[in-house]
Amino acid sequence: MNRFAFTNCDTLDQALSALTPGAELKAGGTDVLDRMKERISAPEKLVNIRNIQALRGIDESSTGLRIGPLMTLGEIAEHPAIQKNYTALANAAAHAATPQIRNMGTIGGNLVQRPRCWYFRSADYDCRRKGGETCYAQIGDNEYHAIFHNSICAIVHPSSTAVPLMALGGSLDVASSDGKRTIPLETFFLLPEQNWTRENILRPGEIITAINVPKPASTARSAYQKWAEREGTDWAIADAGVVLDMDGDTCRKAAIVVGAAAPAPLRMHEAEVMLAGKPITEETARAAGKAAMVKASPLTHNAYKIPMFEVAIYRTILLTAGKMGPDPSAVGGRA
Amino acid sequence: MLMKFVDDSKENVPKRSESLIVGIKGDDMHQAQVQIPTEEPPPLPENDRLKAIGKRATRWDGNLKVSGSGKYTADIRLPGMLYAQMVDATVPHAKVVSIDTTEAEKMPGVKAVHVVEHVLGNAQLRDPKQELPSKYPIVRYAGQPVAAVAAVSPQLARAAALKVKVKYAPLPFVVDRDDARKHDAPLVYPGPADQAGTAGGGGGPKNVPQVGNVHGPAEHKVGYIDEGFSDAAEVVEARYITQVQTHSALETHGVVADWKPDVLTVYASTQGTSTVRDELAYVFSLPKNKVRVITEYMGGGFGAKFGAGNFGVVATHLSKKAGAPVWLMLDRQQEHLSVGNRPDSDQSLKIGAKKDGTLSAIQLVSYGTAGCGTGAGCSGPAINMYKCPNVHTQEYDVFINGGPAASFRAPGHPQGCFALEQSIDELAEKLGMDPLDFRDKNDEFEPRRVERRIGRAKFGWDQRRKAGSDPGPVKRGMGVAQAVWYRIIHMDSAAEVRVHQDGSVELMSGVQDIGGGIKTVLAQVVAEEFGLTPKDISIRIGDTQYPSGPPSGGSCTTASITPAARNAAYQAKLAFLRSVAPALNVSSDDLVLQDGHVRSKSDSSKSWTFKRAAAKMRTSEIAARADRVPDYKNVGRRLNYGGVHFIEISVDTEMGHIHVERALAVQDCGRPMNPLHLESQINGGVLQGISYALYENRILDKQKGLMVNPNFDFYKVIGAQETPKIEIHVIENYLGLSSTDAGGIGEPSTMATAAAIANAFYNATGVRMRRTPMTPAAVLETLGKVRSVTA
Ligand SMILES: Cc1cc2nc3c(=O)[nH]c(=O)nc-3n(C[C@H](O)[C@H](O)[C@H](O)COP(=O)(O)OP(=O)(O)OC[C@H]3O[C@@H](n4cnc5c(N)ncnc54)[C@H](O)[C@@H]3O)c2cc1C
Repeated sequence: MNRFAFTNCDTLDQALSALTPGAELKAGGTDVLDRMKERISAPEKLVNIRNIQALRGIDESSTGLRIGPLMTLGEIAEHPAIQKNYTALANAAAHAATPQIRNMGTIGGNLVQRPRCWYFRSADYDCRRKGGETCYAQIGDNEYHAIFHNSICAIVHPSSTAVPLMALGGSLDVASSDGKRTIPLETFFLLPEQNWTRENILRPGEIITAINVPKPASTARSAYQKWAEREGTDWAIADAGVVLDMDGDTCRKAAIVVGAAAPAPLRMHEAEVMLAGKPITEETARAAGKAAMVKASPLTHNAYKIPMFEVAIYRTILLTAGKMGPDPSAVGGRA
Repeated sequence: MLMKFVDDSKENVPKRSESLIVGIKGDDMHQAQVQIPTEEPPPLPENDRLKAIGKRATRWDGNLKVSGSGKYTADIRLPGMLYAQMVDATVPHAKVVSIDTTEAEKMPGVKAVHVVEHVLGNAQLRDPKQELPSKYPIVRYAGQPVAAVAAVSPQLARAAALKVKVKYAPLPFVVDRDDARKHDAPLVYPGPADQAGTAGGGGGPKNVPQVGNVHGPAEHKVGYIDEGFSDAAEVVEARYITQVQTHSALETHGVVADWKPDVLTVYASTQGTSTVRDELAYVFSLPKNKVRVITEYMGGGFGAKFGAGNFGVVATHLSKKAGAPVWLMLDRQQEHLSVGNRPDSDQSLKIGAKKDGTLSAIQLVSYGTAGCGTGAGCSGPAINMYKCPNVHTQEYDVFINGGPAASFRAPGHPQGCFALEQSIDELAEKLGMDPLDFRDKNDEFEPRRVERRIGRAKFGWDQRRKAGSDPGPVKRGMGVAQAVWYRIIHMDSAAEVRVHQDGSVELMSGVQDIGGGIKTVLAQVVAEEFGLTPKDISIRIGDTQYPSGPPSGGSCTTASITPAARNAAYQAKLAFLRSVAPALNVSSDDLVLQDGHVRSKSDSSKSWTFKRAAAKMRTSEIAARADRVPDYKNVGRRLNYGGVHFIEISVDTEMGHIHVERALAVQDCGRPMNPLHLESQINGGVLQGISYALYENRILDKQKGLMVNPNFDFYKVIGAQETPKIEIHVIENYLGLSSTDAGGIGEPSTMATAAAIANAFYNATGVRMRRTPMTPAAVLETLGKVRSVTA
């Protein structure tokens, strides 16, 4: 770990002025400190925002949900209103990481955390995402890597919460010393075709100040499930976030997002259109899962993810529609 | 194979005849007349008739461990202590051109720098002249220790280590077992090379041929294999692949070395205080009485912690140079890379049986990589589990540029069982026989027969359905597999028991507690002899200043040390009774120690508390020391310990997910000394077996030759949520071999699990799972659900 300055901030303004070039924000620190220890990040200064009370809080109103970026994954998972009306988000927060990490890790940090690709996370690999020439995952050990948008850099986006937030139509309030802006999650993340050294469009000096989620229609329901090699703590190898707006038995509108499939959370439009105007049945749900994977382009060791995502999407659609229980094979599915 | 077996049966020690119990309780337990050395204490009756031995005594140092007051090696703090950091090779194969330590040495707070001159653990060329002389050891794997620094803080040591400049002249490398077997593969060694084993085993056969990177075969032949197959009515032949597993003990390797002119003291996380002492004495040309090794608490080793290790030698050099104690613990990455692993395997196994269901032939050809070491053989089960007239095994080691293997909980056996026990299952099915009946027919080992019978009933085996019975995507199945292990006795096992005039009793031995709970068991043994409770006895172990203790490998600890402890306690007891008898006015023959009292056998009115009686001792202390007496007879190495695992799983055939529903382990280990501790060990064995079967995998990247998952994030170890219900049944199997008749359990409790899971997978799905780890990727591929991809 490099030597660095540490600035403790109590207000957003302090943080904004402390966030000079070469500085990095630290919320829970579970990601940034790890990168520093692994010597793949070396900020000159850490700006600690963890004690800024104004960046905490969960407010539910008639128009939607507003979450302070410092709320921990644990707090989000346990929030009754989120569990009830934004179920997919509560599911995603509940099954990310370990209890300890969920108690430290914030949702702001979760959305901005850097990827877990083992080539990216090793100082021994000067990989493309770190500014080097090569994506070692292309012909290397790519069993956990992307099956879409993977020809330049094959990371998968690590954030579980981004998946339901995107499906629920969430947006981010962002502040910098130049002003404020609101970014829909749908345009927040970057694919390698757009930029392969960054995962999102946040500019240097910007801080996420709130996560907003519009109130779903009273006829809408949502769910998120994640599958991994282990049943407890593990990174997703497949996942799905689904929002269904139902008209009786018929699906009016569907939003389906997958996370561990690509360098950014991806809307599965091909799957969504398969459901619109149709009843949710085993058949339509399976057809949607299949349609989602038609354009997948797996690497040497990760083609197994295709059947997994097909089933992940189908089972999560049925779970959302109340036609199947939580999947025991999913992470936390037996808890 | 693992340790010297001392056969003293030819020695002329005076003997007496004794009647002792042998056989399995509830089966064929009976009294037998046996010649035992005259000095031996009277044989123990069965466990039901004992007060301390065989009881569920809680962990002697449990409170100290859970409260954090027990000090592990990493917790040791000595005045003026420095912290060391290793500098490890960052490339898999290279000649080291230069090492520049000047910048590191100049840093304030850096007190010593050491450059590694000899690397321990790697294989050595039979003819060193085959390699051009080189100032520094050739780097054979990424992570090989190159140098080290000691500084006043761990942070400073890490920073200084980064300042050591190592220049490499890279050599071509190979990190994949299959690639390494190709004729044009880069050579890990320019000629034949062999790895020395440790006290825990490991190290492959010497003096076998070597072509390229392929070292072997080591062969074992019985009968005529071709005839065996022509006699067979049914034959099964298959290939099995298992992965490299790292030991992943929670406590990493490490020492605190304190070099003083009069004595070198080393606190070590080790399975062998005496073997660490011996190695340090050898490396530093010190007499053994000038080296002291201490291991009071230890957080697991699984076979990888026997010698001083490169880190131990380096820490000692640094301490000597700096004139201060040096703390050196490896981090998790170093742990994965450089201090051992379980070799992988690629096994081609062919077995055949006659129409009547008797095995006629077993043929195994195995290739495995122990990195830049040897010891990947895995034919133990094929040779030793079943009665078979024709057996032929050929084991090959394949060198790659990876960290050398070390003995790992039943070296070779989980791999060997994975193949053998699946083939046995398959053959049983072909013959139309129940897998348990088929084993009954071919397995001569009585305890396993009893274990199968018990397991069949307890597990509900007869409810097992035909393979692939469930119509839905989630399919349930049951499987069974069994273990074979050997009785290994280490004769360097001694103990001293002291009784003090205040009535306190203590035992001392160099033996270390690697987690099995030997402290508790020793307390039980002494308590039994003195009529006290285990908590009354102080146990001081894990220090080479005490009478020599065995290294804890080969599941030998309890079997080796407890007879010495009992004999010492027995001798001390006799001396104690002789000492107090005159003052109590009773002849010492008439006294017994019972329930904390000294009592007269002939006059029940005469009774003193132990404490009151001890006050009458003629001297302030009575002590007796005893060594291990050879086993009463040589039972040979075969058929010593068994164990049968029953597992039920469900397979989600759409997600490729395997869930272990429940496990039943039926085990034997001679006389069970402490059922509570046995259950802990067996729980651990089953869990490590599941973890091996489903999750763990060391992955080396072919592009740079580095391990991509040297952590616990992507090197996946079983956790609480994957832990199934584990039921345990331990049979009492009296062997009549020593004054405690204890055996071992560490290794037999882990080797059958992966095979049982694989057999359950077949029963669930009707498809054979012939590779580990059985990840969703492997399961979906095996079930034919993955479109193939062309790179
Ligand atoms: C073992 C393990 C398992 C894990 N498993 C999962 C998992 O399954 N699913 C999952 O989603 N995650 C997982 N994680 C990741 C974990 O959830 C994140 O590390 C955590 O949420 C990050 O939050 P933090 O507050 O600690 O972030 P920090 O480490 O403090 O920050 C992370 C990054 O976000 C930036 N940042 C933080 N707050 C803001 C803000 N308000 N505005 C702008 N930038 C900001 C920081 O500058 C930094 O670059 C796992 C982590 C570990 C260690």
